[in-house]
Amino acid sequence: MDIGIYNRRKRTNKIGLTLSMVAMTLGMIVLLWILFILFSKGFAALSGNFFTQSTPAAGSDGGGLANAIVGSLMMVVSCTLISTPIGVLAGIFMAEYGDRSRIAGITRFVTDIMLSAPSIVIGLFVYAILVAQVKHFSGWAGTMALSLLAVPVILKTTENMLRLVPGTLREAAYALGTPKWKVSFSVILRAAKSGVMTGILLAVARVSGETAPLLFTALNNQFFSTDMNKPMANLPVVIYQFALSPYENWVNLAWGGALLITLTVLGLNVLARVFFREKS
Amino acid sequence: MTSMSSGIQLTPEMAKIVRNQKMQDFLFHKVTFFFASLVLIVLAGILVSLVMTSWPALKEFGPGFFFSSEWDVVNQKFGGLTSIYGTLVTATLALVIAVPLSFGIAVFLTEMCPNWLRRPLGTAVELLAAVPSIIYGMFGLFVFAPLFATYVQPFLTDTIGQVPVIGALFQGAPNGIGLLCAALILAFMVVPFITSVMRDVFEIVPPVLKESAYGIGCTTWEVVTRIVLPYTQAGVVGGVMLGLGRALGETMAVTFVIGNAHRIRASLFSPGSSIASTLANEFGEAEPGLHYASLFALGLALFIITFIVLSAAKWMLVRMEKQKGTKS
Repeated sequence: MDIGIYNRRKRTNKIGLTLSMVAMTLGMIVLLWILFILFSKGFAALSGNFFTQSTPAAGSDGGGLANAIVGSLMMVVSCTLISTPIGVLAGIFMAEYGDRSRIAGITRFVTDIMLSAPSIVIGLFVYAILVAQVKHFSGWAGTMALSLLAVPVILKTTENMLRLVPGTLREAAYALGTPKWKVSFSVILRAAKSGVMTGILLAVARVSGETAPLLFTALNNQFFSTDMNKPMANLPVVIYQFALSPYENWVNLAWGGALLITLTVLGLNVLARVFFREKS
Repeated sequence: MTSMSSGIQLTPEMAKIVRNQKMQDFLFHKVTFFFASLVLIVLAGILVSLVMTSWPALKEFGPGFFFSSEWDVVNQKFGGLTSIYGTLVTATLALVIAVPLSFGIAVFLTEMCPNWLRRPLGTAVELLAAVPSIIYGMFGLFVFAPLFATYVQPFLTDTIGQVPVIGALFQGAPNGIGLLCAALILAFMVVPFITSVMRDVFEIVPPVLKESAYGIGCTTWEVVTRIVLPYTQAGVVGGVMLGLGRALGETMAVTFVIGNAHRIRASLFSPGSSIASTLANEFGEAEPGLHYASLFALGLALFIITFIVLSAAKWMLVRMEKQKGTKS
């Protein structure tokens, strides 16, 4: 046995594995660093006014993010209400009819691409077809942009979850003479309920942190407004504008808002995991 | 209806129910089909609307738009090269940094990690992928860039900056923000994406293959590089392309730290711009006309580039899945 080769192999092994460990540590350090900064700066900004007052005018003191929080909530909720039926129905088509359809194959491919497509281009698209036509920014335009991002996520998870439902369940239902739509809704969708919910939660999580598509659609509104037909304040755009401003209280509010959306997004992700694990 | 059954006579009511159900199923098929094809309609809509709105700029400047580095709002002369250059440079650099890191993390998670740690660490990586990109941007601008300017940039200038030829990349004023800083922040952002794909494909390697390799005396590192990597090649490349797609189209993480200047300099320390950052910065104040159309043309370029990259990624990953179907 050649002891030299043996030693060299052992050394390479050690170096490689050590580097892997270093990579893991580096990754963890960056994660903890970001979270630490976010929490320390974000909590400092949270105060009673944070949730009750609207965004302050340039140069004035105090203020909160009430209008942005309400605006974000309204847009995300309406986006969920719009994209859930579309995504779920499309997902049903892909899982139940998809195997024999050429269109379904192409749709599957395109959905995967839309999942990672640059969100700013979605914003441009909605600007061109909606905002530029009616000549004003609006909460509805923001909702539309967010829905375009949410539908692929819901579609994809719905399809995957429906495919996990055992075929025997379908066959049993068909044997009773149940029509296909009833099988899909009352048997298969019900069996895959928690998985589909997971997809919806993940879509909401993805959408609530998106900034780029809202810049060109909902824009921002300095005042408290619940009119979806007008420009609408929302957390991500407020954070973007305030973080780049020279006013100290604006920057602080931006950190507070950043903490708020991160906690929301991470919370939704954890919830989605719990949901999925419970049932499957 | 009545004639097809084998001797059973359908009463008119039964026939009605059958007809009704057939109708319902027909509608159900068409309705779900409509929603599924909506995705394709939107894709076509995006392409058509981007081409239409950017047409004035494409007509005025021709294909030269994509090769001209002039971006002069006052004189209405526009070329996309500076933004395209910034996009490609930051995304490529980000991948050069992120790929080895992700590989290391994926190897750690699949081969070395004690079982009790595997789940929490894997979850942490996936949660990191969910953090909104604007958080990375703020972190980059307020925390990372100042430290980068004070400690890392002078160090790089003094060491690699002195090497002939490639030294030019690392010289110039240490401002913190610039192409290199944007690339680093992007790298932090795409590491979780690439890692989770790599981990998933590493896990589908049949245990028999790895065990045989260990059985003939391979070290862990040899198993990873000679067995796992060749087996999962297509999947790994697919994951990397997926990360590249993300990095190319990322807006917020880049806009905060790239510096937003329309010029091409040799140094990676100098401020630049990417397509997404140009859009985020200038769209609000663009007048209808050439400037506006040029921004849409940039959006079109970005969409086409990412579409190609993501298609390639998808193709690779599908190939991987097929392989998994036949070999395991």
